Amino acid sequence: MMRLPRFRYLGPRSLGEAVAVLADLGPEAAPLAGGTDLLPNMKRRQQTPATVVGLRGIASLRERSADPGRGLTLGAMTRLSELERDGAIWAAWPALARAASLVATPPLRNMGTLGGNLCLDTRCSYYDQSQEWREAIGFCMKKDGAVCWVAPGSDRCWAVSSSDTAPVLCALGAEVTLASRGGERRIPVADLFADDGIRHLARRPDEILAAVYLPAPRDGERAVYLKLRRRGSFDFPVLGVAARARLGAGGVVESARIVIGGVGSRPQEARAAGEFLVGRRLGEEEAIREAARLVAQVAKPLQNTDFSLGWRKQMAREYAARALRELAG
Amino acid sequence: MADPSESSAARAGAPPPSRPAPASAPQAGAAFGAVGKPLRRADGRAKVTGETRFADDLSLPGMLFMKLKRSSVPHARILEVDAAAALAVPGVRAVLTGRDFPVPYGILPVSQDEHALCVDKVRFVGDPVAAVVAADELVAEEAARLVAVRYQPLATIASPEEALATPEPRIHEYGDGGNVHKAVALDFGDVPAALASADQVFEDLFFYQGSTHLALEQHATLAYLDADGRLTIATSTQVPHYLHRAAAKVLGVPPARLRVIAQPQGGGFGGKTDLFNHEIVAAKAALITGRPVKVSLTREEVFACHRGRHPVLMRLRTGVGRDGRILGHSVETLLDGGAYGGYGVASTFYTGALETVTYRMDRYRFRGCRTFTNKPPCGPKRGHGTPQPRFGLEVHLDKICQKLGRDPAEWRIQNALAAGSLTANWMKVRTIGLVGCLEAVVAASRWKERRGKLGPGRGLGLASSAYLCGAGLPIYFNDMPHSGVQLLLDRGGGVTVFCGAAEVGQGSDTVLAVLVAEVLGLDPDDVKLVTGDTALGPVDLGSYSSRVTLMMGNAAVEAAGRARDRLAAAAAQALEVPLERVGFGGGRVFDVGDPDRAITFAEAVQRAEAEGGTVGTVGSYRPPPPPSRYKGGGVGPSPAYSYTAAVVEVEVDAATGVVRVVKVWIAHDIGRALNPVLVRGQVEGSVYMGLGEALMEEQAFRRLPPRLSGALVHQAPSMLEYKSPATVDMPEVETILVDGPEPNGPFGAKEVGQGPLLPIPPAVANAVHDAVGVRVDEVPITPEKVLAALKAGSRRHGPEAFPSIAWPEPLVVPPPWEGGDGSAVNEPRRSEQRGRRPPEASKP
Repeated sequence: MMRLPRFRYLGPRSLGEAVAVLADLGPEAAPLAGGTDLLPNMKRRQQTPATVVGLRGIASLRERSADPGRGLTLGAMTRLSELERDGAIWAAWPALARAASLVATPPLRNMGTLGGNLCLDTRCSYYDQSQEWREAIGFCMKKDGAVCWVAPGSDRCWAVSSSDTAPVLCALGAEVTLASRGGERRIPVADLFADDGIRHLARRPDEILAAVYLPAPRDGERAVYLKLRRRGSFDFPVLGVAARARLGAGGVVESARIVIGGVGSRPQEARAAGEFLVGRRLGEEEAIREAARLVAQVAKPLQNTDFSLGWRKQMAREYAARALRELAG
Repeated sequence: MADPSESSAARAGAPPPSRPAPASAPQAGAAFGAVGKPLRRADGRAKVTGETRFADDLSLPGMLFMKLKRSSVPHARILEVDAAAALAVPGVRAVLTGRDFPVPYGILPVSQDEHALCVDKVRFVGDPVAAVVAADELVAEEAARLVAVRYQPLATIASPEEALATPEPRIHEYGDGGNVHKAVALDFGDVPAALASADQVFEDLFFYQGSTHLALEQHATLAYLDADGRLTIATSTQVPHYLHRAAAKVLGVPPARLRVIAQPQGGGFGGKTDLFNHEIVAAKAALITGRPVKVSLTREEVFACHRGRHPVLMRLRTGVGRDGRILGHSVETLLDGGAYGGYGVASTFYTGALETVTYRMDRYRFRGCRTFTNKPPCGPKRGHGTPQPRFGLEVHLDKICQKLGRDPAEWRIQNALAAGSLTANWMKVRTIGLVGCLEAVVAASRWKERRGKLGPGRGLGLASSAYLCGAGLPIYFNDMPHSGVQLLLDRGGGVTVFCGAAEVGQGSDTVLAVLVAEVLGLDPDDVKLVTGDTALGPVDLGSYSSRVTLMMGNAAVEAAGRARDRLAAAAAQALEVPLERVGFGGGRVFDVGDPDRAITFAEAVQRAEAEGGTVGTVGSYRPPPPPSRYKGGGVGPSPAYSYTAAVVEVEVDAATGVVRVVKVWIAHDIGRALNPVLVRGQVEGSVYMGLGEALMEEQAFRRLPPRLSGALVHQAPSMLEYKSPATVDMPEVETILVDGPEPNGPFGAKEVGQGPLLPIPPAVANAVHDAVGVRVDEVPITPEKVLAALKAGSRRHGPEAFPSIAWPEPLVVPPPWEGGDGSAVNEPRRSEQRGRRPPEASKP
């Protein structure tokens, strides 16, 4: 079997201890949540932290606190399978519950966490390979090499944001808390991500994503998530469409936000599509088609995931339309 | 014109057996004890409780671990292998290189083109160059990275088209010129003349993508010396006997001092049917270090071992008469062989050999060409070389029926080969359940009422197929049995069965227990099994070509029959009845006229032992000599052929091109099901694998921009990105078993391990056409291709050209009805042994 490299393991018992360790060790340390992303990456030597800081012993990262009328704060170590089995989440944030239920496979959702899914390493078919495979292509700029094989002329990495929950949380206007020795900061989830395959997170190496805040849905607000993948299980999204809208009287859109995942290094908001929908009735097929066209303009798939890029581009339009139809109910 | 009633008759009452059953064995038609019962599998309890010892579970005190250093370049000369840094790592015990393996090997006598570690050249990314043996696996892995190999890169070849266009540099220095490994041409009658005289002639191009076996169990091997210095290789292999032969030769170890144990396996599907570098290198490492040496491959290494489905480009031409009858049929195949020969010569012949055994055709012409490429070698995967042309033929026929305005099911029923036929290429076919299978799936799916009437985006597709029940010839020339079984009966009434057959999950242990128990009137749970061990059982050639149930089964029935004869004689004396009144059942031996007059089975053994000494018997099986006598005619003959028909219902999303399989109806001509639960399991597993090949699986490779890199790598060597259907993608499967005992099979049984895969890919393609009116003439049928076909003016997506190939002078073999004796008229007459000699063995 593929073996983990040698590393030191630390198991802090509190968030304070954990952030102190990270402050001391810097980028040489990696926080470990469910391990479903980090550990396989370590086996393939994509990530080779000298120290792994296990977060499982920190009880506060599993806590949740509800503030009636204002929203819910979920500890970052909340497991994806907890979300998918939680009636309260399904009632208030069904798009999130659905996204969580569509991640990977049941055993992986039992280990994988919400915070881990947000911090998922970007993925690329030239990068998510063993060390031997990557050696055979001379490595790539994301790890041990100089070239981006997806776009050899490019000076940036085009690895793909492949989280199912990230586009949903962006569309919902959720926020995350980042904790470090210096204190905590709370930022919109959308600001957690950067459009770069290598530096794809605004999280500093000394920070731990500690909590996720979900704002309470307002009257008339609804959201959906559609995932495109080859199989009915297991696969990362080659496209994820999260759409949220607030409908007023007569089904007229008061506000809308559509965020797509799997087609760029970060979740991409289709701002023009959201703005276009404001003031229109969501049930109108023509409005849906035009909004879907605007969504597809944001999708810039490259040939570095499953399926051909041309088909994925076409599907962005088709899936956006399907998401909006579902949103219209 | 085949008369359906004639086939029905053949199904019901089989022709007389060509080979007499043991005198006292129960005859077909009698009430059965163990045969036909849905009993628990012989190895079921151990597997469920985790007691089964797969190769990777083996561990011995003092065991060392081995890791192979594999080539990172696709084609190069090896200039230097420097192991100094690796040897300096604490814990490293040895580093082996190609210098340790001067003797080449290969599974076929004509393709001795492999070395356990590469000597002067590497031929694909993953070709093993060195091996590091160390105290633990991580040390071995890290030290292997320190083995420095200097390469001189050579131009690479990524496809058969490139291979044909690039004779130099050659990947191998042998073969049929340039980078052509094997090119064959066979003419069974004058096909061009048949096409010229035909009412209509049809031509199609098809492509069948390569795929890998994806057994859950990754290959592992433990090699060790016993206290007497004898070498044992315990490994995940489907062919312990062939590995025994090859390892003895390569290692220079006397075969008598080498033992190969095929551990129980977590799936084979042909992926463990070849000889693998790690098995031989681990054995050598055990000899060098004197310590047990273990190697467990990673999933990525299993993708490099491969030996899976050949990608095949095909051109089919068929001329039909006014009544739709096939007057002439021509198949040309171009195979992407990968970097080594392996089973490739046989695979090449298999792309043509079974084209004739389903529907009547007057004349037949075959051209097959296998090329070398710088990719992991291809070989046998479930259906070995036949799913590709079967896909072509069944889709081709669907198109022909469409043009002729014929119902594809009716056409197939009317043109089905009759039982007892000798085909245009001299394959002798005995029982045929084809019509029964077709009628069963037509009825179950309500084909006539529903086809073409399911509304937009829904459709039904049908296909049928045939497969071998064991290759008629061994892979190396010899006159010995293909399978042997030995029985030991003890005084407590216990029966121990010894046989070299490898249990790879297909149920061969269960078949062995059921057959012996049936003949001796015992409960299969009372039969002890010792299998897959070259030191403890007679040779069985291996778990390939769907041969084990028929061949091992016949050997087991013979061995058990001989034991039964001895026990019956002793019991007849004890019971004071004539021999013919002695019956066996329920652990007793009794007077069939008065079943209360009985002795226990144990007492019968004791009496027989007192009478004539230790009760041990043997049985063996050798298939009947094939009528085909031309060179190449050794591939395709079988003691029996199984038949399958399937109807697939699909839903096609015209906006995305996504195909969803709603349901599969499949009927399989099993002869007689020895254990119906296991048979159904094999059918469903074949459907699953067939759907994977039909819809998503691709053993695909990629190059990087040539100005920047010479890399040629597997696209996705992982279970995540090599797409094979998940449980939730599996549709409902309705399995129908069609009985009709085959005289050559044990108690009438035929194979089921491979045949049921064959109709699935073409049935899916035909269903897609019924649903949305487009033809995707290649697998996998991906959403991209369906959408492309929907947008194309031709309403088709598929290959556009078949390259020009310099075919050799064809062997001309007149079909049986045009005279001749199964030999080629333009080939020197072959020796009297020719019928038993594989085509390759006659070459130097």
